[in-house]
Amino acid sequence: MTLERFLIIGAILFAIGLYGALSKKHAIAVLMSLEIMFNGVNLTAVAISRYTVPAAMSSAGTHAAENASRFLLTGQIFTIFIITIAAAEVALGLAIIVAIYRSRQSVLVTDAADMKN
Amino acid sequence: MNLGGGTEGALITEIVFWVMALSTVVSAIAVVQIRDLFRSALFLIVTFLGVAGMFILLRAEFLAGVQLMIYVGAISVLIIFAILMTRDLDEGSPSHGFRIPIALISLIFMALSIYAVSATDWNLLGSESLTDSQIAETKVVFSNAIPSIAKLLLRDFVLAFEMVSVLLLAAVLGALSLVRGR
Repeated sequence: MTLERFLIIGAILFAIGLYGALSKKHAIAVLMSLEIMFNGVNLTAVAISRYTVPAAMSSAGTHAAENASRFLLTGQIFTIFIITIAAAEVALGLAIIVAIYRSRQSVLVTDAADMKN
Repeated sequence: MNLGGGTEGALITEIVFWVMALSTVVSAIAVVQIRDLFRSALFLIVTFLGVAGMFILLRAEFLAGVQLMIYVGAISVLIIFAILMTRDLDEGSPSHGFRIPIALISLIFMALSIYAVSATDWNLLGSESLTDSQIAETKVVFSNAIPSIAKLLLRDFVLAFEMVSVLLLAAVLGALSLVRGR
């Protein structure tokens, strides 16, 4: 139950973020929901790398001591990259939102539909 | 289950976990439900703090620090700035007409993932599949993780590390040229 409860929290966060990202009209609200989804994924990655045995480690045999950190911390490394990319995405997304707001005085995603039809 | 920490199963850890889980989930729901965008940004900060606390419970202290600095310190400030710069929308953050089906889809997705999580037979650390030396090594890794993370970042994942730095530079330049106007 120790692993599963973290994974369930991650799934709940992802579902809440999915609902927000698909149902909101305000572009900044969509971005905030995306951040909630990122956090759910990060929590899942860290929890799995904390509690489960990597397949490479159980097959590596006894000399795996040198490589244990590589197998066990990969989830944390992935999370670092996800956080970095999320930061870049937010900076760019907010810049785009501000540019759209300047050009058409609206931040609703339904108003930025020039490529529709 | 007793690896690395020695605090697992303690009552105080349980209480801390449930308080943090509850505050994270409730504030995440508040983010998508509150109509005032500024308040939902504040609740987003509470969500980030809760996830940072769970990182500490998962013995990823470095990630908790990164989460505090980048999410709580930088991203939420950026979001609040953007909200203040684009704030003359009186109706707050409206939803469009597909709320109910989207909520249903999200609920079905959540139920499916929870079912998948609880139906999977996880190969947990601390089970019999590892030798004693491997379990000891696991404890060492998690009690002293930051040097290992540094070695991994600059040795095994160095290509991804450099590419992410180039990506950040490109994103910052793009953001600057977008908001600077003409």
